[in-house]
Amino acid sequence: MDALIAPVRDFLGPAWLPLWTLAKIVALVVPLILGVAYLTLAERKVIGYMQDRIGPNRVGPLGLLQPFADVFKLIFKEIVVPTGANRYLFFIAPVLAIGPAVAAWAVVPLTDTLVVADVNAGLLYVLAMTSLGVYGIILAGWASNSKYAFLGALRSAAQIVSYELAMGFALVAVLMCANSLNFREIVAGQEGGAAHWYIWPLLPMFVVYVVAGIAETNRHPFDMAEGESEIVAGFHVEYSGVAFAVFFLAEYMSMILIAVLASTLFLGGWLSPFPALNEVGIAGFAPFGDGLLWLGAKASFVLLIFLWVRATFPRYRYDQIMRLGWKVFIPLTLAWIVFIGTMMQTRYAPLFH
Amino acid sequence: MSFQTAVFYLFAAILVFAALRVISVRNPVHAALWLVCSFFTAAAIWLLLGAEFLAIVLVLVYVGAVMVLFLFVVMMLDVNFDELRRHFRSHLPVGVAVGALVLLEMVLVILSGTPASPSGAPATPGSNTAALGRLLYIDYVYPFELAAVLLLVAIVAAIALTWRRRREKKSQSPGEQVKVRARDRVRLVSLPSENRGNR
Repeated sequence: MDALIAPVRDFLGPAWLPLWTLAKIVALVVPLILGVAYLTLAERKVIGYMQDRIGPNRVGPLGLLQPFADVFKLIFKEIVVPTGANRYLFFIAPVLAIGPAVAAWAVVPLTDTLVVADVNAGLLYVLAMTSLGVYGIILAGWASNSKYAFLGALRSAAQIVSYELAMGFALVAVLMCANSLNFREIVAGQEGGAAHWYIWPLLPMFVVYVVAGIAETNRHPFDMAEGESEIVAGFHVEYSGVAFAVFFLAEYMSMILIAVLASTLFLGGWLSPFPALNEVGIAGFAPFGDGLLWLGAKASFVLLIFLWVRATFPRYRYDQIMRLGWKVFIPLTLAWIVFIGTMMQTRYAPLFH
Repeated sequence: MSFQTAVFYLFAAILVFAALRVISVRNPVHAALWLVCSFFTAAAIWLLLGAEFLAIVLVLVYVGAVMVLFLFVVMMLDVNFDELRRHFRSHLPVGVAVGALVLLEMVLVILSGTPASPSGAPATPGSNTAALGRLLYIDYVYPFELAAVLLLVAIVAAIALTWRRRREKKSQSPGEQVKVRARDRVRLVSLPSENRGNR
Protein backbone atom coordinates (compact mmCIF):
# COMPACT_ATOMS: atom_id res chain seq x y z
CA MET A 1 0.00 0.00 0.00
CA ASP A 2 2.75 2.45 1.01
CA ALA A 3 4.68 1.76 -2.19
CA LEU A 4 1.63 2.70 -4.20
CA ILE A 5 0.92 5.91 -2.28
CA ALA A 6 4.48 7.26 -2.01
CA PRO A 7 4.89 8.52 -5.63
CA VAL A 8 1.53 10.28 -5.52
CA ARG A 9 2.45 11.90 -2.20
CA ASP A 10 5.77 13.15 -3.56
CA PHE A 11 4.06 14.49 -6.68
CA LEU A 12 1.41 16.47 -4.77
CA GLY A 13 3.76 17.90 -2.16
CA PRO A 14 2.04 20.20 0.35
CA ALA A 15 -1.38 19.61 -1.25
CA TRP A 16 -1.11 15.94 -0.29
CA LEU A 17 -2.36 16.19 3.31
CA PRO A 18 -5.66 18.02 2.61
CA LEU A 19 -6.36 15.85 -0.47
CA TRP A 20 -5.60 12.60 1.34
CA THR A 21 -7.79 13.65 4.29
CA LEU A 22 -10.57 14.60 1.89
CA ALA A 23 -10.31 11.20 0.21
CA LYS A 24 -10.56 9.47 3.59
CA ILE A 25 -13.62 11.54 4.50
CA VAL A 26 -15.36 10.69 1.22
CA ALA A 27 -14.49 7.03 1.68
CA LEU A 28 -16.19 7.14 5.09
CA VAL A 29 -19.22 9.31 4.34
CA VAL A 30 -20.38 7.64 1.12
CA PRO A 31 -20.80 4.17 2.69
CA LEU A 32 -22.35 5.89 5.69
CA ILE A 33 -25.05 7.53 3.59
CA LEU A 34 -25.72 4.23 1.83
CA GLY A 35 -25.92 2.64 5.28
CA VAL A 36 -28.52 5.23 6.29
CA ALA A 37 -30.50 4.51 3.12
CA TYR A 38 -30.63 0.81 3.81
CA LEU A 39 -31.24 1.31 7.51
CA THR A 40 -34.50 3.03 6.63
CA LEU A 41 -35.45 0.07 4.44
CA ALA A 42 -34.40 -2.40 7.15
CA GLU A 43 -36.48 -0.47 9.67
CA ARG A 44 -39.60 -0.64 7.54
CA LYS A 45 -39.05 -4.31 6.74
CA VAL A 46 -38.30 -5.36 10.33
CA ILE A 47 -41.23 -3.45 11.79
CA GLY A 48 -43.39 -4.74 8.95
CA TYR A 49 -42.65 -8.37 9.75
CA MET A 50 -43.08 -7.71 13.48
CA GLN A 51 -46.55 -6.39 12.70
CA ASP A 52 -47.33 -9.29 10.36
CA ARG A 53 -46.98 -7.25 7.18
CA ILE A 54 -44.43 -7.50 4.37
CA GLY A 55 -43.21 -3.90 4.24
CA PRO A 56 -42.02 -2.18 1.05
CA ASN A 57 -41.62 -4.73 -1.75
CA ARG A 58 -42.61 -2.89 -4.94
CA VAL A 59 -39.55 -0.89 -5.99
CA GLY A 60 -36.85 -3.20 -7.33
CA PRO A 61 -36.36 -6.81 -6.28
CA LEU A 62 -37.61 -7.37 -2.71
CA GLY A 63 -38.07 -3.59 -2.42
CA LEU A 64 -34.30 -3.06 -2.42
CA LEU A 65 -34.52 0.16 -4.46
CA GLN A 66 -37.10 1.71 -2.13
CA PRO A 67 -34.58 4.08 -0.41
CA PHE A 68 -33.66 5.58 -3.79
CA ALA A 69 -37.30 6.09 -4.66
CA ASP A 70 -37.72 7.91 -1.33
CA VAL A 71 -34.67 10.08 -1.94
CA PHE A 72 -35.81 11.11 -5.43
CA LYS A 73 -39.27 11.88 -4.13
CA LEU A 74 -37.82 14.17 -1.46
CA ILE A 75 -35.38 15.85 -3.87
CA PHE A 76 -38.12 16.83 -6.28
CA LYS A 77 -40.41 18.24 -3.60
CA GLU A 78 -40.73 21.95 -3.09
CA ILE A 79 -39.21 23.49 0.03
CA VAL A 80 -41.81 25.75 1.61
CA VAL A 81 -40.63 28.52 3.93
CA PRO A 82 -43.40 29.37 6.40
CA THR A 83 -44.61 32.97 6.80
CA GLY A 84 -42.73 34.90 9.42
CA ALA A 85 -39.99 32.29 9.58
CA ASN A 86 -36.44 33.37 10.18
CA ARG A 87 -35.10 32.57 6.71
CA TYR A 88 -31.39 32.19 7.52
CA LEU A 89 -31.84 30.12 10.63
CA PHE A 90 -34.54 28.07 8.90
CA PHE A 91 -31.99 26.89 6.35
CA ILE A 92 -29.00 26.76 8.70
CA ALA A 93 -30.83 24.48 11.16
CA PRO A 94 -30.67 21.27 9.06
CA VAL A 95 -27.00 21.95 8.36
CA LEU A 96 -26.34 22.34 12.10
CA ALA A 97 -28.13 19.04 12.66
CA ILE A 98 -26.13 17.04 10.15
CA GLY A 99 -22.74 18.71 10.63
CA PRO A 100 -22.02 17.31 14.12
CA ALA A 101 -23.59 13.96 13.19
CA VAL A 102 -21.00 13.55 10.42
CA ALA A 103 -18.12 15.24 12.29
CA ALA A 104 -18.34 12.77 15.17
CA TRP A 105 -17.45 9.97 12.76
CA ALA A 106 -13.99 11.46 12.22
CA VAL A 107 -12.48 9.73 15.24
CA VAL A 108 -14.46 6.48 15.21
CA PRO A 109 -12.17 3.63 14.17
CA LEU A 110 -13.72 0.86 12.08
CA THR A 111 -10.74 -1.47 12.39
CA ASP A 112 -7.32 -1.24 13.97
CA THR A 113 -6.01 0.95 11.12
CA LEU A 114 -9.16 2.21 9.42
CA VAL A 115 -9.78 5.64 11.00
CA VAL A 116 -9.84 9.19 9.66
CA ALA A 117 -8.17 10.78 12.72
CA ASP A 118 -6.70 8.78 15.58
CA VAL A 119 -7.21 11.31 18.38
CA ASN A 120 -6.07 10.85 21.99
CA ALA A 121 -9.29 12.09 23.55
CA GLY A 122 -11.54 10.43 20.95
CA LEU A 123 -14.30 9.53 23.39
CA LEU A 124 -14.57 13.11 24.66
CA TYR A 125 -14.57 14.44 21.11
CA VAL A 126 -17.52 12.21 20.18
CA LEU A 127 -19.40 13.35 23.29
CA ALA A 128 -18.75 17.00 22.43
CA MET A 129 -19.86 16.59 18.82
CA THR A 130 -23.04 14.69 19.62
CA SER A 131 -23.94 17.35 22.18
CA LEU A 132 -23.93 19.93 19.37
CA GLY A 133 -26.66 18.15 17.41
CA VAL A 134 -29.29 19.70 19.66
CA TYR A 135 -28.74 23.13 18.08
CA GLY A 136 -30.18 21.96 14.78
CA ILE A 137 -33.34 20.85 16.53
CA ILE A 138 -33.77 23.96 18.69
CA LEU A 139 -33.15 26.32 15.79
CA ALA A 140 -35.46 24.39 13.49
CA GLY A 141 -38.19 24.67 16.09
CA TRP A 142 -37.64 28.35 16.73
CA ALA A 143 -37.02 29.53 13.17
CA SER A 144 -40.14 27.80 11.81
CA ASN A 145 -42.43 30.30 13.55
CA SER A 146 -44.80 27.50 14.50
CA LYS A 147 -46.16 26.56 17.91
CA TYR A 148 -45.89 22.82 17.32
CA ALA A 149 -42.33 23.06 16.07
CA PHE A 150 -41.35 25.21 19.05
CA LEU A 151 -42.91 22.79 21.54
CA GLY A 152 -41.06 19.92 19.89
CA ALA A 153 -37.78 21.82 20.05
CA LEU A 154 -38.19 22.61 23.76
CA ARG A 155 -39.04 19.03 24.63
CA SER A 156 -36.12 17.73 22.67
CA ALA A 157 -33.61 20.20 24.12
CA ALA A 158 -34.55 19.29 27.70
CA GLN A 159 -34.48 15.58 26.91
CA ILE A 160 -31.12 15.59 25.15
CA VAL A 161 -29.43 17.67 27.83
CA SER A 162 -30.79 15.32 30.53
CA TYR A 163 -29.77 12.07 28.90
CA GLU A 164 -26.35 13.33 27.94
CA LEU A 165 -25.38 13.22 31.62
CA ALA A 166 -26.31 9.56 32.06
CA MET A 167 -24.59 8.75 28.78
CA GLY A 168 -21.44 10.58 29.88
CA PHE A 169 -21.35 8.72 33.19
CA ALA A 170 -21.77 5.39 31.40
CA LEU A 171 -18.76 6.31 29.27
CA VAL A 172 -16.79 7.29 32.39
CA ALA A 173 -17.22 3.70 33.59
CA VAL A 174 -15.79 2.44 30.30
CA LEU A 175 -12.78 4.69 30.42
CA MET A 176 -12.13 3.70 34.03
CA CYS A 177 -11.86 0.10 32.82
CA ALA A 178 -9.83 0.97 29.75
CA ASN A 179 -7.59 3.64 31.33
CA SER A 180 -7.79 5.58 28.08
CA LEU A 181 -9.95 7.92 26.04
CA ASN A 182 -8.64 6.56 22.77
CA PHE A 183 -10.94 4.16 20.93
CA ARG A 184 -8.15 1.91 19.70
CA GLU A 185 -6.80 1.47 23.21
CA ILE A 186 -10.30 0.86 24.56
CA VAL A 187 -10.77 -1.95 22.05
CA ALA A 188 -7.27 -3.26 22.73
CA GLY A 189 -8.26 -3.51 26.40
CA GLN A 190 -11.00 -5.98 25.48
CA GLU A 191 -8.72 -8.38 23.63
CA GLY A 192 -8.96 -12.10 24.30
CA GLY A 193 -12.43 -13.21 23.27
CA ALA A 194 -16.01 -12.48 24.23
CA ALA A 195 -15.36 -13.11 27.94
CA HIS A 196 -13.09 -10.04 28.09
CA TRP A 197 -15.59 -7.57 26.69
CA TYR A 198 -16.54 -4.66 28.93
CA ILE A 199 -20.21 -5.57 28.70
CA TRP A 200 -19.80 -8.13 31.48
CA PRO A 201 -18.41 -5.95 34.29
CA LEU A 202 -20.44 -3.00 32.97
CA LEU A 203 -23.74 -4.64 32.05
CA PRO A 204 -25.93 -1.94 33.69
CA MET A 205 -23.85 0.73 31.95
CA PHE A 206 -24.43 -0.96 28.59
CA VAL A 207 -28.18 -0.89 29.17
CA VAL A 208 -28.04 2.76 30.27
CA TYR A 209 -25.90 3.64 27.26
CA VAL A 210 -28.23 2.03 24.73
CA VAL A 211 -31.38 3.50 26.30
CA ALA A 212 -29.78 6.95 26.61
CA GLY A 213 -28.67 6.56 23.00
CA ILE A 214 -32.25 5.96 21.93
CA ALA A 215 -33.29 9.05 23.87
CA GLU A 216 -30.45 11.17 22.45
CA THR A 217 -31.41 10.34 18.90
CA ASN A 218 -35.08 11.11 19.62
CA ARG A 219 -36.12 7.61 18.62
CA HIS A 220 -39.22 5.80 19.80
CA PRO A 221 -40.24 5.40 22.58
CA PHE A 222 -38.47 8.68 23.43
CA ASP A 223 -39.64 10.59 20.36
CA MET A 224 -41.28 13.38 22.34
CA ALA A 225 -39.66 15.86 19.95
CA GLU A 226 -41.80 14.49 17.13
CA GLY A 227 -44.75 13.00 18.97
CA GLU A 228 -47.04 12.94 15.95
CA SER A 229 -50.14 12.22 18.04
CA GLU A 230 -49.56 15.32 20.17
CA ILE A 231 -47.58 17.93 18.24
CA VAL A 232 -47.97 16.75 14.60
CA ALA A 233 -44.30 16.20 13.75
CA GLY A 234 -42.56 18.39 16.29
CA PHE A 235 -39.51 20.36 15.32
CA HIS A 236 -39.54 19.48 11.62
CA VAL A 237 -43.24 19.98 11.00
CA GLU A 238 -42.55 22.93 8.67
CA TYR A 239 -39.74 21.27 6.73
CA SER A 240 -40.29 19.58 3.40
CA GLY A 241 -38.24 18.16 0.58
CA VAL A 242 -34.47 18.07 0.92
CA ALA A 243 -34.44 20.14 4.13
CA PHE A 244 -36.52 17.42 5.80
CA ALA A 245 -34.32 14.71 4.27
CA VAL A 246 -31.27 16.30 5.89
CA PHE A 247 -32.86 16.02 9.36
CA PHE A 248 -33.74 12.45 8.58
CA LEU A 249 -30.17 11.72 7.49
CA ALA A 250 -28.78 13.30 10.66
CA GLU A 251 -31.05 11.20 12.90
CA TYR A 252 -30.12 7.93 11.22
CA MET A 253 -26.42 8.78 11.13
CA SER A 254 -26.51 9.39 14.88
CA MET A 255 -28.30 6.06 15.31
CA ILE A 256 -25.57 4.22 13.43
CA LEU A 257 -22.96 6.15 15.41
CA ILE A 258 -24.51 5.11 18.73
CA ALA A 259 -24.67 1.50 17.55
CA VAL A 260 -21.04 1.49 16.42
CA LEU A 261 -19.95 3.17 19.66
CA ALA A 262 -21.89 0.69 21.78
CA SER A 263 -20.17 -2.16 19.90
CA THR A 264 -16.76 -0.52 20.21
CA LEU A 265 -17.02 0.34 23.89
CA PHE A 266 -18.87 -2.65 25.28
CA LEU A 267 -18.80 -5.45 22.70
CA GLY A 268 -15.15 -5.53 21.71
CA GLY A 269 -15.44 -3.50 18.50
CA TRP A 270 -13.81 -5.23 15.54
CA LEU A 271 -12.44 -8.05 17.69
CA SER A 272 -13.72 -11.51 16.96
CA PRO A 273 -15.56 -13.13 19.90
CA PHE A 274 -13.43 -16.26 19.39
CA PRO A 275 -9.72 -15.38 19.04
CA ALA A 276 -9.14 -18.85 17.54
CA LEU A 277 -10.87 -17.65 14.36
CA ASN A 278 -7.83 -15.46 13.65
CA GLU A 279 -5.87 -18.64 12.99
CA VAL A 280 -8.38 -20.08 10.53
CA GLY A 281 -6.93 -18.79 7.29
CA ILE A 282 -8.15 -19.23 3.73
CA ALA A 283 -5.39 -18.34 1.26
CA GLY A 284 -3.38 -16.45 3.87
CA PHE A 285 -6.32 -14.36 4.95
CA ALA A 286 -8.62 -14.94 7.92
CA PRO A 287 -12.16 -14.09 6.80
CA PHE A 288 -13.69 -14.53 10.24
CA GLY A 289 -10.82 -12.97 12.18
CA ASP A 290 -10.81 -9.48 13.72
CA GLY A 291 -12.12 -6.93 11.28
CA LEU A 292 -14.91 -4.90 9.81
CA LEU A 293 -17.16 -7.96 9.60
CA TRP A 294 -17.47 -8.28 13.37
CA LEU A 295 -17.97 -4.57 13.97
CA GLY A 296 -20.69 -4.61 11.30
CA ALA A 297 -22.38 -7.62 12.85
CA LYS A 298 -22.33 -6.13 16.36
CA ALA A 299 -23.52 -2.70 15.21
CA SER A 300 -26.31 -4.31 13.18
CA PHE A 301 -27.43 -6.18 16.27
CA VAL A 302 -27.57 -2.97 18.32
CA LEU A 303 -29.50 -1.30 15.49
CA LEU A 304 -31.91 -4.23 15.48
CA ILE A 305 -32.49 -3.55 19.19
CA PHE A 306 -33.34 0.07 18.27
CA LEU A 307 -35.93 -1.09 15.74
CA TRP A 308 -37.23 -3.82 18.02
CA VAL A 309 -37.75 -1.33 20.85
CA ARG A 310 -39.54 0.99 18.46
CA ALA A 311 -41.96 -1.74 17.40
CA THR A 312 -42.55 -2.88 20.99
CA PHE A 313 -43.02 0.05 23.34
CA PRO A 314 -45.56 2.87 23.38
CA ARG A 315 -44.28 6.44 23.68
CA TYR A 316 -43.13 7.61 27.10
CA ARG A 317 -44.97 10.35 28.91
CA TYR A 318 -42.86 13.49 29.22
CA ASP A 319 -42.58 13.58 33.03
CA GLN A 320 -41.68 9.90 33.05
CA ILE A 321 -38.86 10.53 30.57
CA MET A 322 -37.44 13.15 32.90
CA ARG A 323 -37.87 10.85 35.90
CA LEU A 324 -36.07 7.99 34.15
CA GLY A 325 -33.20 10.23 33.13
CA TRP A 326 -32.61 12.11 36.36
CA LYS A 327 -33.88 9.86 39.13
CA VAL A 328 -33.05 6.40 37.77
CA PHE A 329 -30.18 6.56 35.30
CA ILE A 330 -27.96 9.18 36.92
CA PRO A 331 -28.00 7.61 40.42
CA LEU A 332 -27.53 4.16 38.89
CA THR A 333 -24.53 5.19 36.82
CA LEU A 334 -22.96 7.13 39.71
CA ALA A 335 -23.39 4.15 42.05
CA TRP A 336 -21.83 1.83 39.47
CA ILE A 337 -18.85 4.14 38.99
CA VAL A 338 -18.24 4.12 42.76
CA PHE A 339 -18.67 0.33 42.77
CA ILE A 340 -16.12 -0.12 39.98
CA GLY A 341 -13.69 2.28 41.65
CA THR A 342 -13.97 0.33 44.90
CA MET A 343 -13.62 -3.07 43.25
CA MET A 344 -10.50 -1.90 41.45
CA GLN A 345 -8.81 -1.51 44.84
CA THR A 346 -9.59 -5.09 45.83
CA ARG A 347 -8.15 -8.36 44.56
CA TYR A 348 -10.98 -8.62 42.03
CA ALA A 349 -9.43 -5.73 40.08
CA PRO A 350 -8.42 -7.88 37.06
CA LEU A 351 -12.12 -8.55 36.40
CA PHE A 352 -12.59 -4.86 35.64
CA HIS A 353 -9.69 -4.30 33.27
CA MET B 1 3.80 31.67 7.26
CA SER B 2 3.22 28.08 8.23
CA PHE B 3 -0.12 26.34 7.79
CA GLN B 4 -0.78 26.48 11.56
CA THR B 5 -0.21 30.22 11.71
CA ALA B 6 -2.60 30.74 8.80
CA VAL B 7 -5.22 28.63 10.56
CA PHE B 8 -4.67 30.60 13.77
CA TYR B 9 -5.25 33.95 12.03
CA LEU B 10 -8.34 32.58 10.31
CA PHE B 11 -9.83 31.40 13.60
CA ALA B 12 -8.79 34.59 15.38
CA ALA B 13 -10.53 36.69 12.72
CA ILE B 14 -13.71 34.60 13.02
CA LEU B 15 -13.55 34.82 16.82
CA VAL B 16 -13.22 38.61 16.86
CA PHE B 17 -15.97 39.01 14.27
CA ALA B 18 -18.33 36.67 16.16
CA ALA B 19 -17.60 38.41 19.45
CA LEU B 20 -18.40 41.78 17.87
CA ARG B 21 -21.64 40.40 16.45
CA VAL B 22 -22.66 39.17 19.92
CA ILE B 23 -22.90 42.74 21.16
CA SER B 24 -24.04 44.38 17.93
CA VAL B 25 -26.93 42.25 16.59
CA ARG B 26 -30.44 43.32 17.51
CA ASN B 27 -32.05 39.90 17.83
CA PRO B 28 -31.09 38.25 21.17
CA VAL B 29 -31.36 34.75 19.67
CA HIS B 30 -28.86 35.72 17.00
CA ALA B 31 -26.59 37.16 19.69
CA ALA B 32 -26.68 33.86 21.60
CA LEU B 33 -25.85 31.98 18.40
CA TRP B 34 -22.89 34.26 17.69
CA LEU B 35 -21.72 33.57 21.23
CA VAL B 36 -21.91 29.85 20.46
CA CYS B 37 -19.84 30.50 17.35
CA SER B 38 -17.20 32.40 19.30
CA PHE B 39 -16.97 29.66 21.98
CA PHE B 40 -16.52 27.09 19.26
CA THR B 41 -13.79 29.11 17.55
CA ALA B 42 -12.05 29.69 20.87
CA ALA B 43 -12.06 25.91 21.37
CA ALA B 44 -10.46 25.52 17.95
CA ILE B 45 -7.69 27.95 18.93
CA TRP B 46 -7.06 26.03 22.17
CA LEU B 47 -6.83 22.90 20.06
CA LEU B 48 -4.12 24.60 18.00
CA LEU B 49 -2.22 25.23 21.24
CA GLY B 50 -2.35 21.51 21.97
CA ALA B 51 -4.80 21.84 24.87
CA GLU B 52 -7.13 19.18 23.51
CA PHE B 53 -8.84 18.31 26.79
CA LEU B 54 -9.71 21.92 27.63
CA ALA B 55 -10.86 22.59 24.07
CA ILE B 56 -13.19 19.60 23.96
CA VAL B 57 -14.54 20.31 27.45
CA LEU B 58 -15.22 23.91 26.42
CA VAL B 59 -17.38 22.63 23.56
CA LEU B 60 -18.98 19.92 25.67
CA VAL B 61 -19.87 22.08 28.67
CA TYR B 62 -20.35 25.61 27.35
CA VAL B 63 -21.57 24.98 23.82
CA GLY B 64 -23.30 21.65 24.41
CA ALA B 65 -25.06 22.38 27.69
CA VAL B 66 -24.82 25.94 29.04
CA MET B 67 -25.57 27.75 25.80
CA VAL B 68 -28.43 25.37 24.98
CA LEU B 69 -30.15 26.38 28.21
CA PHE B 70 -29.26 30.01 27.53
CA LEU B 71 -30.84 29.85 24.10
CA PHE B 72 -33.81 28.09 25.62
CA VAL B 73 -34.39 30.99 28.02
CA VAL B 74 -33.78 33.70 25.42
CA MET B 75 -36.29 32.09 23.08
CA MET B 76 -38.93 31.74 25.79
CA LEU B 77 -38.58 35.19 27.36
CA ASP B 78 -40.63 37.85 25.74
CA VAL B 79 -38.41 40.78 26.64
CA ASN B 80 -39.30 44.16 25.27
CA PHE B 81 -35.98 45.17 23.81
CA ASP B 82 -37.11 48.61 22.68
CA GLU B 83 -37.87 49.38 26.30
CA LEU B 84 -34.41 48.21 27.32
CA ARG B 85 -32.74 50.10 24.52
CA ARG B 86 -34.33 53.41 25.55
CA HIS B 87 -31.88 53.66 28.45
CA PHE B 88 -28.91 53.14 26.14
CA ARG B 89 -27.82 56.75 26.23
CA SER B 90 -28.21 57.29 29.97
CA HIS B 91 -26.25 54.11 30.77
CA LEU B 92 -23.55 54.80 28.20
CA PRO B 93 -21.08 56.62 30.55
CA VAL B 94 -21.10 53.77 33.08
CA GLY B 95 -20.60 51.20 30.31
CA VAL B 96 -17.74 53.14 28.78
CA ALA B 97 -16.07 53.55 32.20
CA VAL B 98 -16.25 49.82 32.96
CA GLY B 99 -15.04 48.93 29.48
CA ALA B 100 -12.11 51.33 29.75
CA LEU B 101 -11.16 49.87 33.14
CA VAL B 102 -11.13 46.31 31.77
CA LEU B 103 -9.09 47.46 28.78
CA LEU B 104 -6.61 49.21 31.05
CA GLU B 105 -6.18 46.10 33.18
CA MET B 106 -5.59 43.93 30.14
CA VAL B 107 -3.02 46.34 28.75
CA LEU B 108 -1.23 46.41 32.12
CA VAL B 109 -1.08 42.62 32.24
CA ILE B 110 0.30 42.42 28.72
CA LEU B 111 2.84 45.23 29.33
CA SER B 112 4.02 43.68 32.60
CA GLY B 113 5.85 41.11 30.54
CA THR B 114 3.94 37.97 31.53
CA PRO B 115 3.82 35.87 28.39
CA ALA B 116 0.26 35.81 27.12
CA SER B 117 0.67 32.23 25.99
CA PRO B 118 2.97 29.57 27.43
CA SER B 119 6.01 29.66 25.22
CA GLY B 120 6.77 26.44 23.42
CA ALA B 121 4.84 23.22 23.42
CA PRO B 122 2.76 22.04 26.40
CA ALA B 123 4.64 19.94 28.93
CA THR B 124 3.08 16.65 27.89
CA PRO B 125 2.46 16.76 24.15
CA GLY B 126 0.86 13.32 24.09
CA SER B 127 -2.11 13.21 26.42
CA ASN B 128 -2.76 16.26 28.52
CA THR B 129 -5.97 14.64 29.78
CA ALA B 130 -3.93 12.33 31.98
CA ALA B 131 -1.67 15.20 33.08
CA LEU B 132 -4.68 17.30 34.08
CA GLY B 133 -6.21 14.34 35.91
CA ARG B 134 -3.00 13.88 37.87
CA LEU B 135 -2.96 17.56 38.82
CA LEU B 136 -6.59 17.69 39.90
CA TYR B 137 -6.89 14.36 41.70
CA ILE B 138 -3.40 13.92 43.19
CA ASP B 139 -1.47 17.19 43.46
CA TYR B 140 -4.39 19.51 44.21
CA VAL B 141 -6.94 16.98 45.43
CA TYR B 142 -8.02 18.87 48.58
CA PRO B 143 -8.58 22.31 46.98
CA PHE B 144 -10.38 20.55 44.14
CA GLU B 145 -12.66 18.57 46.46
CA LEU B 146 -13.31 21.71 48.50
CA ALA B 147 -14.40 23.58 45.38
CA ALA B 148 -16.63 20.65 44.45
CA VAL B 149 -18.29 20.62 47.88
CA LEU B 150 -18.77 24.38 47.67
CA LEU B 151 -20.53 24.00 44.32
CA LEU B 152 -22.69 21.20 45.70
CA VAL B 153 -23.73 23.39 48.63
CA ALA B 154 -24.57 26.17 46.17
CA ILE B 155 -26.75 23.79 44.13
CA VAL B 156 -28.56 22.49 47.20
CA ALA B 157 -29.06 26.02 48.49
CA ALA B 158 -30.42 27.26 45.17
CA ILE B 159 -32.94 24.43 45.03
CA ALA B 160 -33.87 24.71 48.71
CA LEU B 161 -34.52 28.46 48.34
CA THR B 162 -36.71 28.21 45.26
CA TRP B 163 -38.43 24.88 45.65
CA ARG B 164 -41.88 24.85 47.16
CA ARG B 165 -44.52 22.19 47.11
CA ARG B 166 -47.73 23.58 45.77
CA ARG B 167 -50.77 22.29 47.54
CA GLU B 168 -53.04 22.29 44.50
CA LYS B 169 -50.54 20.39 42.39
CA LYS B 170 -51.48 16.81 41.70
CA SER B 171 -48.79 14.35 40.75
CA GLN B 172 -48.49 10.62 40.52
CA SER B 173 -46.10 8.52 42.48
CA PRO B 174 -44.56 6.03 40.04
CA GLY B 175 -43.50 3.79 42.92
CA GLU B 176 -47.06 3.31 44.05
CA GLN B 177 -48.23 2.91 40.47
CA VAL B 178 -45.80 0.07 39.93
CA LYS B 179 -46.78 -1.61 43.19
CA VAL B 180 -50.45 -1.85 42.17
CA ARG B 181 -51.71 -5.38 41.57
CA ALA B 182 -54.81 -6.38 39.68
CA ARG B 183 -56.65 -7.33 42.87
CA ASP B 184 -56.33 -3.76 44.20
CA ARG B 185 -58.33 -2.43 41.31
CA VAL B 186 -60.65 -5.17 40.19
CA ARG B 187 -62.74 -7.31 42.52
CA LEU B 188 -63.91 -10.48 40.89
CA VAL B 189 -67.18 -11.58 42.40
CA SER B 190 -68.49 -15.01 41.85
CA LEU B 191 -72.26 -14.84 41.35
CA PRO B 192 -74.32 -17.95 40.82
CA SER B 193 -76.13 -17.73 37.54
CA GLU B 194 -79.84 -17.29 37.76
CA ASN B 195 -81.68 -20.54 37.43
CA ARG B 196 -84.52 -20.01 35.02
CA GLY B 197 -85.29 -23.65 34.73
CA ASN B 198 -84.89 -25.79 31.68
CA ARG B 199 -87.34 -25.24 28.91
